[in-house]
Amino acid sequence: MARMQMTRGMRLKEAKQYVADKLGVTPFDLGDTATMTEVRNEFGFGRIHSYAISHPWQANFIEAKFNISRVLDVPILCVERFKERTGMTEAPTAH
Amino acid sequence: MEDRIPTRMGDGTLGRLTKSEIRADVEDGVAQAVRRAKVPPLAADEIDHLVDIYASPAKMVGVDLGDEIVLSCDGSGMKTHATREQDMQSYEQWMGADLLELCPGDYSLKVVRTILPYEAQCLHDALLSTVAPMQYGIMPNLGLYAKDDGPCENWSLLLPAGKISEARASCEEAADMAVADAVRMADVMYEAGADAIDFDTTGASGDPEFWATLRATEIIREKYPDMGVQLGMAGEFVLGMHGELEYKGKRLAGMWPLEQLHVVQEAGATMYGPVVNVNTGKSCAWNTARACTIVKPCMDEAEIPVHMNAGMGVGGVPMFVHPPGDAVARSAKSFVDILKVDGL
Repeated sequence: MARMQMTRGMRLKEAKQYVADKLGVTPFDLGDTATMTEVRNEFGFGRIHSYAISHPWQANFIEAKFNISRVLDVPILCVERFKERTGMTEAPTAH
Repeated sequence: MEDRIPTRMGDGTLGRLTKSEIRADVEDGVAQAVRRAKVPPLAADEIDHLVDIYASPAKMVGVDLGDEIVLSCDGSGMKTHATREQDMQSYEQWMGADLLELCPGDYSLKVVRTILPYEAQCLHDALLSTVAPMQYGIMPNLGLYAKDDGPCENWSLLLPAGKISEARASCEEAADMAVADAVRMADVMYEAGADAIDFDTTGASGDPEFWATLRATEIIREKYPDMGVQLGMAGEFVLGMHGELEYKGKRLAGMWPLEQLHVVQEAGATMYGPVVNVNTGKSCAWNTARACTIVKPCMDEAEIPVHMNAGMGVGGVPMFVHPPGDAVARSAKSFVDILKVDGL
């Protein structure tokens, strides 16, 4: 939700609904750690606790942001930069 | 005889008030806000709810399940216990932060100018090893553009000398420099991949600083629509250091949060952070009631998220270096329950 607020200016209710719809959960679920740990695992959004270090097969950090960008259908600038700088996409015309 | 309930004062000290005294403080805080900011009072049920929150004997209070909000921040990456990158990882992984912020230790816009490439490199690297959205934060701190810290004549010295037009010209010159610096900073941070720019404590130097920040925000959002701008204020009321500056035809000096919100939205910011300063001689109940009343008109008109500033010395949180958790929790619950804030 923070990402939708800070980059898209969505108010809280709208941001919760948007993210919940993309993840197939309810807005209420978004505050439930038990539910969201499973959802984060399912989508490869990275783990938000220290056990993340014992799940090396799961996406984390920049990998997780690739997944977040795709699932939430929102460009993430550092992901776009990563693609450009690794030759995955062409860099846009400079401003 | 009524029991006396432990409750916090605005300076962080623990006092004891009866529930009737807490109610009296809440009602007076609302009345003071109405008088000063020319806003409507809170409704009776909202006052009752505030009294219940502050009369609770519980150490911690919380919002209802499902009412969780987004927590924004400033300064999570500032070398508190390790490198700045590791600080942000800790903030994300250990504290469950909703967003992260890289910032320079000094936190002033002007200071960033000469270290911009190093800051951008740090942000670039940190973005690779974190998940939460990351902003680059500074305070516009226009005062640093005035002599002896900066190149412009010092308007704080010109004004007492009666040199009003010279002071205004100097304010405008400094504001132009700040706009250029802010846009340059955003250019570089955009290339590094920042999710947003955070202008924190905006307006600390009064209306010229607010003016500069609004202009910079407008330019940045036009250039980089995928990058957000969080604009948080320094105080509840925009001081008129210049007095005649306008943004899109609206005079900035004297603006209260609702008017601030309007121009912040017009500038294209993606998040707005209103501030209501704490009166250390009053109880936290009084301060939070006053803050709720001043900011409430924003909530119906906001088109962007409103993140009430609720930290040391603002938003009902004591002006104390280690804000007591009980006071922080009560102000947070009040803003969520009464204002329906989008975040804190």
